[in-house]
Amino acid sequence: MATPMVRAEAVHKRFGLLEVLKGITLDVAPREVMCLLGPSGSGKSTFLRCINHLEKINSGRLYVDGSLVGYEERGGRLHELHEREVCRRRTEIGMVFQRFNLFPHMTALENVVSAPVIVKKEPRAVVTTRARGLLDRVGLSSKVDAYPNQLSGGQQQRVAIARALAMEPKLMLFDEPTSALDPELVGEVLDVMRALAEDGMTMIVVTHEIGFAREVGDSLVFMDEGVVVEAGLPRDVIANPQHERTKAFLSKVF
Amino acid sequence: MINGGEGHRPEEIRAVPLRHPGRWAVTAILLVLAAMFVHDVITNPRFGWGVVGNYFLAPEIISGVERTLELTFFAMAVGVILGVVFAVMRLSPNPIVSGAAWLYIWFFRGTPVYVQLLFWYVISALQPNISLGIPFGPEFVHMSVNSIVTPFVAALLGLGLNEGAYYAEIVRAGILSVDHGQFEAAQSLGMRRSPLMRRIVLPQAMRVIVPPTGNETISMLKTTSLAVVVTYPELMYQTVNIAARTYETIPLYIMASFWYLLLSTILTIGQYYVERYYARGSSFALPPTPIQRLRRNFTTLRRVPFSPNASGGV
Repeated sequence: MATPMVRAEAVHKRFGLLEVLKGITLDVAPREVMCLLGPSGSGKSTFLRCINHLEKINSGRLYVDGSLVGYEERGGRLHELHEREVCRRRTEIGMVFQRFNLFPHMTALENVVSAPVIVKKEPRAVVTTRARGLLDRVGLSSKVDAYPNQLSGGQQQRVAIARALAMEPKLMLFDEPTSALDPELVGEVLDVMRALAEDGMTMIVVTHEIGFAREVGDSLVFMDEGVVVEAGLPRDVIANPQHERTKAFLSKVF
Repeated sequence: MINGGEGHRPEEIRAVPLRHPGRWAVTAILLVLAAMFVHDVITNPRFGWGVVGNYFLAPEIISGVERTLELTFFAMAVGVILGVVFAVMRLSPNPIVSGAAWLYIWFFRGTPVYVQLLFWYVISALQPNISLGIPFGPEFVHMSVNSIVTPFVAALLGLGLNEGAYYAEIVRAGILSVDHGQFEAAQSLGMRRSPLMRRIVLPQAMRVIVPPTGNETISMLKTTSLAVVVTYPELMYQTVNIAARTYETIPLYIMASFWYLLLSTILTIGQYYVERYYARGSSFALPPTPIQRLRRNFTTLRRVPFSPNASGGV
């Protein structure tokens, strides 16, 4: 079997005395779309942020594409990675945020172009061509010169997806990408994500969109209070939840 | 009853405007005071308006103005560079680095700039020579401090180091004003600390940093007059010199004040346009510049008919 894109083994994360993740163990295969569901405060977003080392885990092991996140194992001990290496690995993981976090002083095109030029030192002309292609792919070829505050939430989120894709990542993390959007704008973002999944991108999606999880997700993980309560095929979990907490949550979301 | 606003539209309101007798009284008082002031300025010969005019463009004064501008520019440049460096240091995760920045700000903000200038003027009494080499080891280059710390350098060090301490706090406030999500987004794209600061955070912090920078520059323009104490021949030094020679003290001080007013007015206008530049991306449409407004007033001769969207207007 191929190396999993993400492997978590008993991942624990504490903030002070508050234990947010209490032993998460899961695998995400290449090309898999995994949807993370759960009430707020259940640790879904924290787990996502651990995967690209925005948060450090306290115990357990977390691997992306076979290598440890944030550390290196030498002589039976863990050594912290240099900032340079942490950043290089982050370039391989795209992240999309609930609040978009576009750079407001740059146009849509500049947002998409910035990271490959600044981080990977790619020639601007090459990146610009690619960025226009990406903006076209997310349906925003007419908005390349608009500043983020001239765009609707849905448009901003699509630019944010294009910005992450410009780094040509092998894994995409979505942290509640549609939660800050007006209901009528949710569809356009989900459509882009669906197309991305069909192209074979490995994705972990923290979401409350049950419909998306059922139609696009290959697997569904329900988390609560820092543990995985239930996991399986989305269709099965949604239609036939086994745990009380999953049942209670799903009945509220529908 | 609810309807969508179709059909009959009621006539426009034409009410009798409210009277404001208080406004008229205050206006009358202010006009009288202004008239008294103007009368004094014109009839009091001790203002010496002729002298003011005679010296305004005198070669000594012009060279003083040039030096004032030079000193303002370079002292601000030193201040801005030091300010950015110390602000970033202050936010460093390394406690020694942030502590060093704190100490610098504490010292230079906590002592009067006048005293700092005097100190740099007599620095050679404290430290007659400096040399480059290995600390506590061999030295390669020797220099006498007196030959390095000219009046200009003393003024530059005094004003620049002091400004750096204030400016560091302005930059720090600017950096803290940037949304935390911006740091995360840049980090998730693999940006390291230095490009993250230079390309993402500082350009956004500029919107908060620029208005006080204009303030600081205007303040610096006037603070350069303290360089009199290190005998740097800027505008105030020249003015005091001429006054000591001619005893025309009042007219010469008025003349110098006019120069400072003129220069700070020019800086204010410059500040307005720089602020507009850094405000891009932060509001849908920037307000028109005075020139644009003037042009619009001349091109739209007819009054724009009432529409609910055009609120207010100039």
